[in-house]
Amino acid sequence: MSAAPGKARRGTRFEQSAATREPAWIKWSILAASLGFFLLFVLLPLIAVFVEALRRGLAPYLAAIIEPDALAALRLTLTIAAIAVPLNLVFGIAAAWLIAKFDFRGKQLLTTLIDLPFSVSPVIVGLMYVLIFGANGWFGQWLLAHDLKVIFALPGIVIATVFVTFPFVARELIPLMQAQGREEEEAAVVLGANGWQVFWHVTLPNIKWGVIYGVVLANARAMGEFGAVSVVSGKLRGQTTTLPLQVEILYNEYNFAAAFAVASLLALLALVTLALKSWVEHRSRRADTGGSLSLEAAAAVAAANRATRTSAEKPAS
Amino acid sequence: MRFPRLAARSLALASTLLLGACGVDSPESATAGGTAPAITRQLLNVSYDPTRELYQDFNRVFAAHWQAETGERVEVTQSHGGSGSQARAVIDGLDADVVTLALAYDIDSIAERTGKVASDWESALPDNSAPYTSTIVFLVRKGNPKAITDWPDLVKPGVEVITPNPKSSGGARWNYLAAWGFALQQPGGSAETARRFVQQLYGNVSVLDTGARGSTTTFVQRGIGDVLISWENEAFLAVEELGPETLEIIVPSQSILAEPPVAVVAGNAERKGNAAVARAYLEYLYSAEGQRIVARHYYRPRHPELADPADVARLPALRLFTMRELFGSWRDAQATHFDDGGIFDQIYELR
Repeated sequence: MSAAPGKARRGTRFEQSAATREPAWIKWSILAASLGFFLLFVLLPLIAVFVEALRRGLAPYLAAIIEPDALAALRLTLTIAAIAVPLNLVFGIAAAWLIAKFDFRGKQLLTTLIDLPFSVSPVIVGLMYVLIFGANGWFGQWLLAHDLKVIFALPGIVIATVFVTFPFVARELIPLMQAQGREEEEAAVVLGANGWQVFWHVTLPNIKWGVIYGVVLANARAMGEFGAVSVVSGKLRGQTTTLPLQVEILYNEYNFAAAFAVASLLALLALVTLALKSWVEHRSRRADTGGSLSLEAAAAVAAANRATRTSAEKPAS
Repeated sequence: MRFPRLAARSLALASTLLLGACGVDSPESATAGGTAPAITRQLLNVSYDPTRELYQDFNRVFAAHWQAETGERVEVTQSHGGSGSQARAVIDGLDADVVTLALAYDIDSIAERTGKVASDWESALPDNSAPYTSTIVFLVRKGNPKAITDWPDLVKPGVEVITPNPKSSGGARWNYLAAWGFALQQPGGSAETARRFVQQLYGNVSVLDTGARGSTTTFVQRGIGDVLISWENEAFLAVEELGPETLEIIVPSQSILAEPPVAVVAGNAERKGNAAVARAYLEYLYSAEGQRIVARHYYRPRHPELADPADVARLPALRLFTMRELFGSWRDAQATHFDDGGIFDQIYELR
């Protein structure tokens, strides 16, 4: 109610101008609608998982979680994430570096290819690998002859997970690295840094938080992937069932409490991932306001180079 | 220079993980000598959905039996899913020693496409290699509000029917053939009347899940539909798990004798040195102990006299017609009804 006289006097302030403001009822109804949607479709189901999991008390909950098949599934899920995420970290940084810092023919094509896993349905991804590595697939006979198992074993699940999570790190880094431009790297090169030094002292500090953010997202997807993994898993109990598959198995066995207990485990992993993500966002925002670190880094490289050069020259002289 | 060392180390780590992931994983290769005293055999049983509880019990008992008999330990790993997709997985290289599926056609497919199962597998074990049978019954809500007593009640207007998709589910094919067989055997029944009956029936289907267990969950957990056409054992299990105060089993006047078959996947079992234990595993299903477990899980034992009479008494008596009587072979039934462009496709398009 004080807005009207305020507007008349301080009409210059953008935020207080009636022209740029919606009436209160619109503002509140939009807020209420989106908040209500969030509560109903995001928060409530999440709470339901924990409520269902704990319905029969804490003891059955713990029993369901330390059950050998559930533990095997947890171990498998963490193993897969531990293999798939570092691989994607290396691939992702390499791809983003190439795309953002260099010009070459086919760059657009490569960028599109990186996005491919986002656009292919996970089930198709699974079938794709069955067609290649399955017994009747392209490499099936060769693999069989050498007693190597890919499909319906750990390697197949890892490959499918790597494919599905491939774009996360690269997609996170490419816009960031493009926005940062190449000036700092060029400066470092001019100051005498070699490729590794440029990457380690200039590029990496700049993209550090982006990398971590990408890793967190890739990790979340790697642990939660269902479609692609369910096709290549073979669903061997205690051997190739990941947590999401284990949840489905338990649910289908009318073992609802255990299904939700395992689901809550997965949800907890996801929440930890989310917490990590917001911590990263928080840290990266603080790092941004800390001014340009990379110029200092470039200077450090130059200094380090000077030092190595003088030490290299010493025995010669 | 700090970085190159670190980079080299992380690269080494990554490659170790990668190599570890691709490592050869064959527990049997170590036992090639054969005389080691305490070897553990790994047996893989690829099965269909509703047998989870049955084999959980059976595997434990068989392991004890096998150890007493031979001194070898055996660990049976289970894999469950829709019968058709499980057969597909075995064809694509899933290393099953034995398959215990919902219908003979799925094992025929494995035999045909991989040669890992002998083509005469059906006569390798007694009773068409089906150590237990079942049938198709109805599951309704408590009090039977839609007054469903027999097959004709399913095609009445306003009755919502739940059954899985016969294209992907073995159980659903038995459901379909049971309905067809019933209509065929009515006075004046012919392929034409049967087709009309089945068409009306599928006109009442509201949810077509991919597997039997999925349909049960749809009906029981989500409360969709008035009647679930279901495996008898699956219906009993649902009532047992989810409470007789909410569900009721309705036994129709007649139904099909479903024979879920079992077979050794010789191609895999021999390579893993498991041929003997795989065969013994399936044969043990026919033993007194096996038949007792089968009946306990609401399957119909081939030898009821071996099972617990109380368990057998739970299974209602009804007229059962067989697949062979009415449809010839699974190959024929598959080609006529379920292959692409078959009668089911034609019916379902008209809905």
